[in-house]
Amino acid sequence: MISLAGRDIMHAWGKFVFTGVGLGLLIGITLSMAGIYRGMVDDAKVLLDNSSADLWVVQKDTLGPYAEPSSIYDDTWRSIRGMPGVARTANVTYLTMQVRQGEHDVRTMVTGVTAGEPGTPGWPPYLVAGRQITRGHYEAVADIASGFALGDRLQIRRNHYTVVGLTRRMVSSGGDPMVFIPLKDAQEAQFLKDNDAIHQQQRRTAANPAFNRPQVPGLLDAVIASQSINPYVNAVLVQIESGHRAEDVAESIRRWKRLTVYTRSQMEEILVGKLIATAAKQIFMFLVILSVVSSAIVAFIIYTLTLGKIREIAVLKLIGTKNRTIVALIMQQSIALGVIGFVVGKITATLLMAPIFPKYVLLEPLDSIIGFFAVMVICILASIIAIRAALKVDPAEAIGG
Amino acid sequence: MGKGILIEGLKKRYGSGDTAVDALKGVDMQVAPGEVVGLVGPSGSGKSTLLKALGAVIEPTGGRMTLGGEVIYDNGWKVKDLRALRRDKIGFIFQAPYLIPFLDVTDNVALLPMLAGIPNAEARKRAVELFKALDVEPRAKAMPSQLSGGEQQRVAIARGLVNRPPVILADEPTAPLDSERALAVIRMLNDMARKFETAIIVVTHDEKIIPTFKRIYHIRDGVTYEEAGEGRSFD
Repeated sequence: MISLAGRDIMHAWGKFVFTGVGLGLLIGITLSMAGIYRGMVDDAKVLLDNSSADLWVVQKDTLGPYAEPSSIYDDTWRSIRGMPGVARTANVTYLTMQVRQGEHDVRTMVTGVTAGEPGTPGWPPYLVAGRQITRGHYEAVADIASGFALGDRLQIRRNHYTVVGLTRRMVSSGGDPMVFIPLKDAQEAQFLKDNDAIHQQQRRTAANPAFNRPQVPGLLDAVIASQSINPYVNAVLVQIESGHRAEDVAESIRRWKRLTVYTRSQMEEILVGKLIATAAKQIFMFLVILSVVSSAIVAFIIYTLTLGKIREIAVLKLIGTKNRTIVALIMQQSIALGVIGFVVGKITATLLMAPIFPKYVLLEPLDSIIGFFAVMVICILASIIAIRAALKVDPAEAIGG
Repeated sequence: MGKGILIEGLKKRYGSGDTAVDALKGVDMQVAPGEVVGLVGPSGSGKSTLLKALGAVIEPTGGRMTLGGEVIYDNGWKVKDLRALRRDKIGFIFQAPYLIPFLDVTDNVALLPMLAGIPNAEARKRAVELFKALDVEPRAKAMPSQLSGGEQQRVAIARGLVNRPPVILADEPTAPLDSERALAVIRMLNDMARKFETAIIVVTHDEKIIPTFKRIYHIRDGVTYEEAGEGRSFD
């Protein structure tokens, strides 16, 4: 038996392929949307992976340091370091801000890391060019997505930094590239006030009789000195010793230090389940809408193609063609349209759309497989209207009168 | 009569009650194998209803029909699969050729035997044999849009004949053709009727071809009456 669907497609292949390409662009957008969601989740995971931490110690009752502000004293790490099961600790600060380079600025997540060596929690685990930070001040390691190059001079607040190293895929959960600078510089950047604000704060302190007592010399200077330093960090990153369970160490820190501690899985839940949840829902809604639109378009195209063949279908029925042959004709065309659309969509999403999106687009093979079957299901369902129309055709229509 | 077409007291009523219309009021017809008869009548006389009832696409309300020796209707359908009946026992030739535009000429004709389960090669062989008889063999690989009106109608005739049905129903097959081509089509139908022992009913308004029938059935207000035709030569 010859393939009626195949012959019909080959007869008007230009129209069919053109329609498939149009559908493919829509499928390409749908796959890209799924890729953007996967990219967001991956961004969140690489942020955790790249921190090299097993535990995040943050301000009590906060979801810090990524989902909520968190502030703890910068000497907290010492007492945590001495606890059983803790191998390494390191302070860290995170501040999302615009970093200037010459005339333009880039949105980045500035990360303050403690002095140490590669492998220290918070440090970029690998570089693609240059070296790690070796000086105590004014050196930076930047993610390549920021557009910065080795030797570039960056401005963070009032200070200038030289890019000495480049990383790749070091991004915040929002996809902003990370710029690593020494912790002391980052602490200053986080709380640094402008000169007028400093002057005004000193004047107000001097005017406060509680701090400016004639009987206590040096009190005012001490208070002002305490106001000019920032003894806080956003979190302490902890690596645990092998043989210890992260949850046990975390429970010990919670109990004895009265701080909030998150394990890797808890932090992942915060990032994926809370921080990017709204964005994920938004993308999911886009996916639903695009799927509905794709279905409507396929249904409309197949219905139109079928209406154009009503006379032929009447003749086919009159000469004894079985309903299943006519159903197969329509459904095979719908599936062929879906296959063309999917192939075009996959190529478009991979080669044209993903590279030009500013955020990371992760096109996973499993998503493509799911997408393919979803397109097939949509095409089959979308052909039902046309099939109903075809089955209603009266073979008597082929006979005049 | 063992083969051919035998219609006895065939009735068809549309609607019911006060609005009921009797399109066929007891039609009697008989067409022998190898015979071509004309069915003529004015618009609304019941020609198309009779053709549709004979073609098993509408159900009569009474009477009896025998096609190719098989009683297919006797106050109710006597065959379960009407599609198979149409495919295997009835050939259709329409006013317009209605060829499937996305199949080439051979497959347009071979499709019917293929639907009946005959292997593709055998089905195409049958089609080509008919093309030789109908003088369209050189156009066997052409698409319908590449054929002239006369060629398309000859291919449509081949499609009607390819399953070697005992009965062919031709609905105004010469309407779109000029006199010469119209007579050629009727000549072909007569040749094929004789060659394949097929009973053919030709519904027509066409004054050019009416004199060629040896027997003519007139239908008016749902009733048929037979008349001897002139049976003129085609030359």
